[in-house]
Amino acid sequence: MDYILSGNQIMFILFSAMIVIFSILTVTSRRILRAAVYLLLVLISTSGLYFMLNYQFLAAVQLTLYAGGIVVLIIFSVLLTSHIDEKFESPALLKKVYGAIASILGAVLVINTLLSYTFIPGIEPAKDVNMNLIGNSLISWGEQGYALPFELISILLLAAMIAAIVVAKKVKTK
Amino acid sequence: MHTVIPIEYFLVTATLMFFAGVYGFITRKNLITILMSVELMLNAVNIIFIAFNRYLYPGQLEGHFFALFVIAVAAAEAAVAIAIIINIYRNFQSIDVEETDKMKY
Amino acid sequence: MTDFSYTILIPLIPIFFFLIIGLTGHKMKPIISGLIGTTGLSIAAILSYFTAYQYFFNTEKIDGAYQKILAFNTVWINFTDKLHVDMGVLLDPISVMMLIVVTTISLMVHIYSLGYMKGEKGFARFYAFLSLFSFSMLGLVLATNIFQMYIFWELVGVSSFLLIGFYYEKPSAVSASKKAFIVTRFADLGFLIGILILSFNTGTFDFISLTDIHGTAIASGSGIAFMGLSTMTWSLIFVFIGGAGKSAMFPLHIWLPDAMEGPTPVSALIHAATMVVAGVYLVARLFPVYAISAPDGLTVVAYVGSFSSLFAAVIACTQYDIKRVLAFSTMSQIGYMMVGVGVSRYGGHEGLGFMASMFHLFTHAMFKALLFLGAGAIIHAVHSNVMTDMGGLRKYLPITHITFLIACLTIAGVPFLSAFFSKDEILTAAFHHNKLIFFVQLFVAGLTAFYMFRLYFRIFWNRDTHYHHTPHEAPLTMSIPLMFLAVASIFAGYIPFSKLVTSDGLPLEAHIEWIVAIPSIIVGLLGISIAFVMYKKETTIPQKIGSSFKLLYVGAFNKFYFDEIYLFVTKKIIFNYISRPVAWFDRHVVDATMDGIAWITNAVSFRIKGLQSGQVQQYAFVFVSSAILLGILFIYLFSI
Repeated sequence: MDYILSGNQIMFILFSAMIVIFSILTVTSRRILRAAVYLLLVLISTSGLYFMLNYQFLAAVQLTLYAGGIVVLIIFSVLLTSHIDEKFESPALLKKVYGAIASILGAVLVINTLLSYTFIPGIEPAKDVNMNLIGNSLISWGEQGYALPFELISILLLAAMIAAIVVAKKVKTK
Repeated sequence: MHTVIPIEYFLVTATLMFFAGVYGFITRKNLITILMSVELMLNAVNIIFIAFNRYLYPGQLEGHFFALFVIAVAAAEAAVAIAIIINIYRNFQSIDVEETDKMKY
Repeated sequence: MTDFSYTILIPLIPIFFFLIIGLTGHKMKPIISGLIGTTGLSIAAILSYFTAYQYFFNTEKIDGAYQKILAFNTVWINFTDKLHVDMGVLLDPISVMMLIVVTTISLMVHIYSLGYMKGEKGFARFYAFLSLFSFSMLGLVLATNIFQMYIFWELVGVSSFLLIGFYYEKPSAVSASKKAFIVTRFADLGFLIGILILSFNTGTFDFISLTDIHGTAIASGSGIAFMGLSTMTWSLIFVFIGGAGKSAMFPLHIWLPDAMEGPTPVSALIHAATMVVAGVYLVARLFPVYAISAPDGLTVVAYVGSFSSLFAAVIACTQYDIKRVLAFSTMSQIGYMMVGVGVSRYGGHEGLGFMASMFHLFTHAMFKALLFLGAGAIIHAVHSNVMTDMGGLRKYLPITHITFLIACLTIAGVPFLSAFFSKDEILTAAFHHNKLIFFVQLFVAGLTAFYMFRLYFRIFWNRDTHYHHTPHEAPLTMSIPLMFLAVASIFAGYIPFSKLVTSDGLPLEAHIEWIVAIPSIIVGLLGISIAFVMYKKETTIPQKIGSSFKLLYVGAFNKFYFDEIYLFVTKKIIFNYISRPVAWFDRHVVDATMDGIAWITNAVSFRIKGLQSGQVQQYAFVFVSSAILLGILFIYLFSI
């Protein structure tokens, strides 16, 4: 095994290190705005992984929707509900210990299982995931067709939009 | 070229990310940070879908579309969750999860 | 063939008005609900008269006999091909006659109550119940099968219960209504058993196939089955128990005197003219079955009827509450009808008793309703039920006086008034069948004349009681029904019943047999004369007679202690030795088990409710760690 890393490997190590580090920072940072920024970095790194796997469309969606939309939404609500420079008190020690035990145990269990399993790579030729294919799949049915979930998602989004408006609306006080 | 990186690496990364989310969900007090933890978990699952799709079933697109729909659902979920958080803030003057414990016995 | 399908409207109109008044009665003025109910009943009455005219005079007869016509029929509950319960309308001479009786009396009572119940609380409720009763009674009368009859039989019992307990704030009315309901319910159990045996035996509920004298149903179950009587006889005796309960025959009569707690028009309608004759009607309805396959059953009917009529007449002589006197008189007269049916046999001149019984049912409905409505007018004027509060009322209540006198003369069997003819026919039939019963009935006829005129003289003559306020004649709404019924009581006897209503549908040649008629006239006049001597003026004769026959008098005055016997049996024996252990078992074993289960659940949940802390993160932690534990369990410990 040679120790010279290919560009791909360098990229992967970069992205996965960012993901792991910033994930942990997101859930431990005591300033909420920083946490939001760390989350943004995690999401961007994730989209980098998607690029590496040749899913350009998904990576773009990840960038625009997650990094662009959701994180902005979260930051907005942070601004609405707390001061920017507010520092949380550290969570109770017992809670931290419990949380750490549960997550580390879970992570060890899952990783152990993953590593002991032999994955058999698929042999069929890889599909070129271009926009044309995605668009056609989304509006066709049958084999490789996703019209039904697509429609369901559209209804879900509509419902979520209405619900968000109704829930967040100010109730008239008498 | 991508065969250079084994699938396990992706999965381990995603697992660590997922359990970071779990840790956050259990320990964080602020509702918005809990929401962020949820987003982390969803994202971890997405990575796993994508990796499986690319490595194990490259001829199909199930994992890809599943991730796509998860992103859409996550967006809807975030919108509703933030609406609820704002409503809670309005009623309790706080978004501390430990204080919103009305749904007990 | 004339189309009779419109007759289904006759029972449906009252139920329709019952719903209207019952649902909206509290919103309208009381008098409006009364008028609505009366209008509904008038329509039903007119339809009934039209039906009677069509049936008796405009329908072709087969071999000169009136046929049973199935005017309307629908399957109500369908169990199997053979077992189904139908609802429908059956027309034959007796049901058409009963239609007229029920709608006429009901209409009169509706009109009368407009005056009598005026200003009472619950006026609309009263009219709603009257309509319900009319519906049930008409349904009973028109029933095409014995099961439909049973259903309406119970409905009639319910409406009777509701109306007896109309003044539900009075404890005595409440207990009277319960008593009436429970006693008749008890009798109805016999009826139900009878129905089950009968239909199991014959394989049909249907009256037409049941009473077809050439059919297979009537011949089945004739073998000796139990205690020397055939299955058929037993089933019919059970059916008769139901009839005896409704018709207040001995020993199930105890509810009828108490039922007088209800408003007087109700007593006139239900407990004199219509519902209490349902038992007679029931026997008449199944008469061919009784007569052909169970003559022993008819003997039972005759003896029970005869004894009841004597028993009630004796008690009636001693009572002071005028409504109770009338109640016992009703019981006695129904006994007469039972005797009439009981001494009859199927067809031809043998069927004289059947005809006479139906005839008496008809005339009795008229004059007894008149008596009750008259008594209502008196009570309305005097505000008391008790004879001793009355006297000399003829000056104040002229119309009531005349009509009451007519009714008393009628029931006493004075010649050429209606009951003379009907009672005479019953006596004739009894004379030819059973001399013992004949003499008993003759004696009862004398007693009847005596106690009715005792009542009459005590109310209208005797001493001049001083009243707090001068009694006044009843309003026009009350006196018109009185006059109408008085006219009916006089002339109902001239209806040619023997041509219309007979056991086999064929006209019958009936004439007055003077060998029977003359003794009955003499006995009647004798009774009237004794009453005249004893009660025309205030005398001490009643006290003397009372003290010389002390045992009999006290016994009769206390209704021969039957209420007390029943109370003893139920309260002392059944309550103490059956109900109490059962109640104890229910409370301490059945309930305790259930309570224990509930208590344990409650205690456990109280202990563990702390787990439900409302802290989402706790839940999440438990969830995640459980998932991990399950993962460890299944991956490492239980892996194959």
